[in-house]
Amino acid sequence: MKYFYYPGCSLRGMGKAYEESWLKVCQKIGIHLEEIEDWNCCGSTTYLGFDEIKSLVLVSRNLAMLEKEGGSEVITPCIACYYLFNRTNHNLRDYPQLKTETNKMLQEVGLTYSGNVKVRHPLDVLVNDGWMEKISQNIEKRLERFKAVCYYGCQLLRPYCEFDNPKNPKNMDILVSLTGVDVLDYPLKTKCCGAIITSNIPEKGLELVYVLLKEARKRKADFIVVTCPLCQFNLEFQQEKIMKVYEEDVGLPILYYTQVLGLAMGISLKELGITRCLTLTPEFERSLI
Amino acid sequence: MSTNNKEIRIGFYICHCGTNIAGVVDVDKIREFIAKKDNVVVSRNYKYMCSDPGQELIQKDIQEHRLNRIVVASCSPLLHEKTFRNTLEKAGLNPFYLQMVNVREHVAWVHSDNEKATEKAKALCNAAINRVRYNKPLEKKRVPFHQDVLIIGGGIAGIHSALILASAGKKVYLVEKKPTIGGHMAMFDKTFPTLDCAACILTPKMSAIKENKNVVLWTNSEVIKVEGYVGNFKVTIKRNPRYVREDLCIGCGQCIESCSYKEAKYPDEFNLGLSKRKPIYIPFPQAIPNSAIIDDKTCIHFKMGKCKQMCLSACERNAIDFNQKEELREIQVGAIIVATGFKIYDPQKEPEYGYGVYPNVYTSLEVERLINASGPTAGEVILRDGTKPKSIGIIHCIGSRSEKANKWCSRVCCMYSLKLAYLLKKHTHAEIYNFYIDMRTPGKMYEEFYDRLLMERVHFIRGKVAEVTDISLVKEEEGKLILRVEDTLASVIRRIPVDMVVLSVGLEPSEDTQKLAHILNIGLSAEGFFQERHPKLAPVSTFSEGIFIAGCCQGPKDIPDTVAQAGASAAEAMAMIDAGYFEIEPITAHVLDEFCSGCKSCINICPYSAISYDESKKKVFVNETLCKGCGTCSATCPSGVMKQNLFEDDQILNEIEGLLVYE
Amino acid sequence: MAQELPNKSVIYERQLDVNFADLMQSMPGGENLRRCIQCGTCSATCPFSHVMDYTPRKIIYLIREGFKEEVMSSFTPWLCASCFSCRVRCPKEIKITDLMYLIKREAIKNNHYPPKTPIVSLTKESVKMIHKNGRISEGYLMGIVLLKVSFLKLLRMSGLGLKMLLTGRFPLIPEKIKRHGELKKILAFSNKK
Repeated sequence: MKYFYYPGCSLRGMGKAYEESWLKVCQKIGIHLEEIEDWNCCGSTTYLGFDEIKSLVLVSRNLAMLEKEGGSEVITPCIACYYLFNRTNHNLRDYPQLKTETNKMLQEVGLTYSGNVKVRHPLDVLVNDGWMEKISQNIEKRLERFKAVCYYGCQLLRPYCEFDNPKNPKNMDILVSLTGVDVLDYPLKTKCCGAIITSNIPEKGLELVYVLLKEARKRKADFIVVTCPLCQFNLEFQQEKIMKVYEEDVGLPILYYTQVLGLAMGISLKELGITRCLTLTPEFERSLI
Repeated sequence: MSTNNKEIRIGFYICHCGTNIAGVVDVDKIREFIAKKDNVVVSRNYKYMCSDPGQELIQKDIQEHRLNRIVVASCSPLLHEKTFRNTLEKAGLNPFYLQMVNVREHVAWVHSDNEKATEKAKALCNAAINRVRYNKPLEKKRVPFHQDVLIIGGGIAGIHSALILASAGKKVYLVEKKPTIGGHMAMFDKTFPTLDCAACILTPKMSAIKENKNVVLWTNSEVIKVEGYVGNFKVTIKRNPRYVREDLCIGCGQCIESCSYKEAKYPDEFNLGLSKRKPIYIPFPQAIPNSAIIDDKTCIHFKMGKCKQMCLSACERNAIDFNQKEELREIQVGAIIVATGFKIYDPQKEPEYGYGVYPNVYTSLEVERLINASGPTAGEVILRDGTKPKSIGIIHCIGSRSEKANKWCSRVCCMYSLKLAYLLKKHTHAEIYNFYIDMRTPGKMYEEFYDRLLMERVHFIRGKVAEVTDISLVKEEEGKLILRVEDTLASVIRRIPVDMVVLSVGLEPSEDTQKLAHILNIGLSAEGFFQERHPKLAPVSTFSEGIFIAGCCQGPKDIPDTVAQAGASAAEAMAMIDAGYFEIEPITAHVLDEFCSGCKSCINICPYSAISYDESKKKVFVNETLCKGCGTCSATCPSGVMKQNLFEDDQILNEIEGLLVYE
Repeated sequence: MAQELPNKSVIYERQLDVNFADLMQSMPGGENLRRCIQCGTCSATCPFSHVMDYTPRKIIYLIREGFKEEVMSSFTPWLCASCFSCRVRCPKEIKITDLMYLIKREAIKNNHYPPKTPIVSLTKESVKMIHKNGRISEGYLMGIVLLKVSFLKLLRMSGLGLKMLLTGRFPLIPEKIKRHGELKKILAFSNKK
C-alpha cells in the first residue's frame, strides 16, 4: 500500500535514526512511501513567532504539491510537522481570509491548496489502518526481557489529536507491546520535555527531563520509547548534566518506537540507527543483541 | 366587511416607555402618521401606557369617542397584553378587539439607527391598524380544576411543597424514584452557614410526610405518562417492586441480620460506595418509609433462583413478598410540581484531578458522608487507605465555569467548601487549603461565615489547581498527593503536598431531566435544567399551565432558595386549585363543519392530541381545552377550513399587506 | 551599601495602551482573550511558568489592561515551549499558545523584545535559514544561535556538537531544496503587499 510521505528536516538531522528505522519497518511490513518531491521545511513552531501567513504558505506549498500529485493524505513522523500541518488546515478552515491570501501567494508558482489533506502520524496509520497484524507476523525475536515506558510528549497530542485519547494515549503502548516488551504505566507520558527551551537555555529545564527519567527508572524501565526527534535528543543530551546536578543515576537509553519494532523484527542495530544513540552503553548494546 | 366601514372606530396609542421606546422611535411622528389612517378616531402618545393614568386614558376614549378597536404600540404582548385586555373589558369592550404592536423588543431595543427604527415602527403600527378591523369578539371558557396535586421528587423541595399543600387540606401524591425520601439533603452532614445538622432539621419534615393523611407517598416509583391539561391531568405512575410490604414492615432489621450474605458486600448507594450493604437493606436509619428493600440485582433469590430465604422466616410480620410485581397506577390531578433536584458533576471527566486513580481524592458529597456521624466511618475522617489526613486541599469549581464542562457557576460550592473546610478542621485539625477562583458568598450571613473561616487559619489560595499527582520532587512530597497551582495573588507557582483532596464538584441536571421534560411537555434551558416561564417574574411556572418547578431542577441553588421555591410553587398551585376553575384562552382552532372532507390530515400533526374524528359525521372536531392554538392544523388543512381564532386568513393577510404598503 | 527602595510608582492611565488588547484580539488566535477569568489553570499546567517573569495568566491580564510595555519586554512568550498544555485546559478556550506567537510576532516586527534571549535569535536565524535553503539544518542552526548569544556557551557545547557530528546527526552539508526560486517567489509575494 502506498502513502505520501513528508519526512521533515529533523529526520534528516538529529532524528536521522528515526527515519532509518521507520523506513526499515515500512519496508518489512509492505508500506510503500512516496516522498513529496522537493518538500520544504514546515517552519515548526519557531516560525509561528515570526509570521502567520508565511507559516501557512510554507506548509501549504508541500500539501499543494501533494494534491497536484493526486494525494489526499500525508504521513509525517515528526510531531512538530504533524502539529504545523494540522494547524495550517485548521486555520485555513477557520479563517477564510487567510486561505484566500495563502492561495494568492501559492498561485505565484501555479499551486493551490484546498486545506483538506488528511495529516497522519505513523502511530495512527500503523494502528488504525490494520498494520498490526503484519507487524506481529514479522516479529522474529520477542523482547520479553525488557520493560519500557512510552513517552508521547506534547504536539502529537495537543491540540489536534483525533486518532487517540490525548489525555491518556495508547497507540504507542499497543505497538511496543506487540514486540513482547513489558510496557509500564507512565503517568508522565503526555507531559512536555521542554526541548525547544532546554536545548537553548539548558539551565531552565533540567527538572522536566530529570522527573521524566527518574519516574521511568522508579518504574524499573530499561529504556524510554519516544516518537519525536526533539524529545529523543533532549532526553539524551541532558542526562550527563542531570546526574551531576541531582547526584542521582537516572540515565536511560531513549529509543524510537520504530527502533523497538525493528529490533523485534530482527533488523540490525546499525540499520535502525541505534548506534547513533548518545546514551548507548556497551552493556545496553549487548543486551539488545 | 369593508375596510372603510364607518362603524369601525379605532383608537391608537403609542407608549414612550420612559426613554426605552421614545429614545429611539420618533413617537410624535408615528402618532401623526397613524392619525391620518381610515377609521382612526383617536391617536395618542403617552409616557407609560401601562400606568393607571395610561389605562384610564384608553377607557375614557372608548367611552367618549365610542371606540370599538384599540391598538397599543408598546412592549411585548407577553408582558402587557393581559393588562390592556382588562382595560378594554373595564370599558365594556370585548378584550379581543385589542391589537398590540411590539415596538420595544422588536424595534427600539434592537436597532441603533433612529430613523430606520421609526420607519419599521410605522410599518408595524400600520399593519396592526389594518388587522384590528378584522378582529372578532371572543369569549373565554372555564374548565373545572381537579383538587389533587402531584409532586415529582422527594427531596427537600418536594417534601416542603407537599407539607404546605397537605396542611391546606389538599391531597398530594409524592412520587420518589429512590427507596426513601430525603434527597441530597439527607446525605449532608451540616448546613451552611448556621452549621445546624442537616438530618436534625430534615427528618422531622420527613416523618411529617409519613404521618400526614393528605399525603400519598410512593417511593421506588416513576412518572411514565402525563395526559390531559391544566386542572385535569391524567398521570400514569410505575411503582417498582420493593419486595417488602411497606404497610407491614416496621424497619426492625431482623431480615437484614439473617440474610444469607453474612458480610455486606455491595456498594451502599446512600454512602456513595464508601461502605457496603447487603441485598436486603434500609438506606439509612431515618429513611422514610422506614422499611427494608430488596435489590433484585444482587439478591441470590433473584439471581440464581435458589436461596434459603432466611429473611422470609426471620420477619415476624410476614412483610417480605418475593412475588411483588411492578405496578402501574393512574391518578387524576389538577396541578403538578416538579422537584427532581440535581446530580453532581462526574470528576472523572477531568482525569487531571486523579479522581478514581488516587484513593484519597474525594468528591465533596463523599466527604459529607465521611464526616457524618451515621456515615461509613461513624464520623471519623479516615481515608480510603486507612490513614488520617494531616493536610487537605479543597479544589473549587470542579466542572463549573468552563466551556469544557458546565458553563455555569454552581452557586453552592464556595459555601459548602467553606463548610467542609470548617468541619474537616474540627474533625482532623489538619492544615486546610482552599483553592478558589472567585469566592462567592452572596446570602444572609454567608460573608460572615467566610470571615469566620478566615479566622480559623484555613488557607485561601486564589488559583485553580491544574493537576493532582503523586510524583514527588522533594522529600516532603514523598507519599503525598501534590497539587500544582498558580497562587495568582502572589504570582508564583506553588506545589502543595496534601494527604487528602476534596473536589468541589458542581451541580448539573439530574439524569432523567430530559425524559421528564418530554413526558410533561415542559421546556429545558440551554444548560439542561427545566426552563422557568420568566427568569424574574415567573420563576416557578413553566410554559405548560399547571406545571410548576422548584429547587435545583430549575438551576443550582442552596437549601433556603430551594425551600422558598417549593413554597412558592405550592402557593401557585393552590391559587389555581382554589379558584375552582381555569380560564382558557379562546385562541383555539375550530372546523367549519360543513366543508370538512374528513381527510384527517390535521389529527396526526396536532402536537397536543386535541383533534379527534367523529365517525358518525365523518368530520373532525377540536377539543378546545386541549388546543394550545399553535396553528399547525390550520396551516395543514388542504381545504382551508380549519380556522384559528384571532389568526384567521383575513386578519393575517391584511396585517401583512399593512406591513408592506404603509405610506 | 544601604539597599535602595524599588523604583515603583503609581501607574497613570496615559502610560497604558488602551488599544493593545483590541489589537491582540483582532488577530487569529486572540479572539477569546477577554473572556479570561484569571483562574490560573494555564500557569499551573505550564511546565515553564515558574521561570517566567510573568505567568501566562498574568500576561493575558496585562494585555487586557493595556500594559503593552510589560508584555513586550517580558521573557514569557520566549519561554513558551509550544506544548499546548494550557491551550487544552483553558476553561474559556483561550488559545494561549497562539497568543504567545502573536506577542512574538509583534516583538520581531517592531524589534521590541528582551535582549540576549536565545529564542529570539533562534527564531530569527531559523527564519533566515528557511528563506535561504528551504530547510533547517539543526546543527548549523544551533551553532549560529549559540554564537550569537555567547561564544562561551558555544565552546561549552562543542563537546556535544562533536558527538552529534560523529553519530551523523549533524550533517556537514546543509540541506537545501531544489526549486529554491519557487519558494522565494511565493514568500516574496507576501512582502509586496
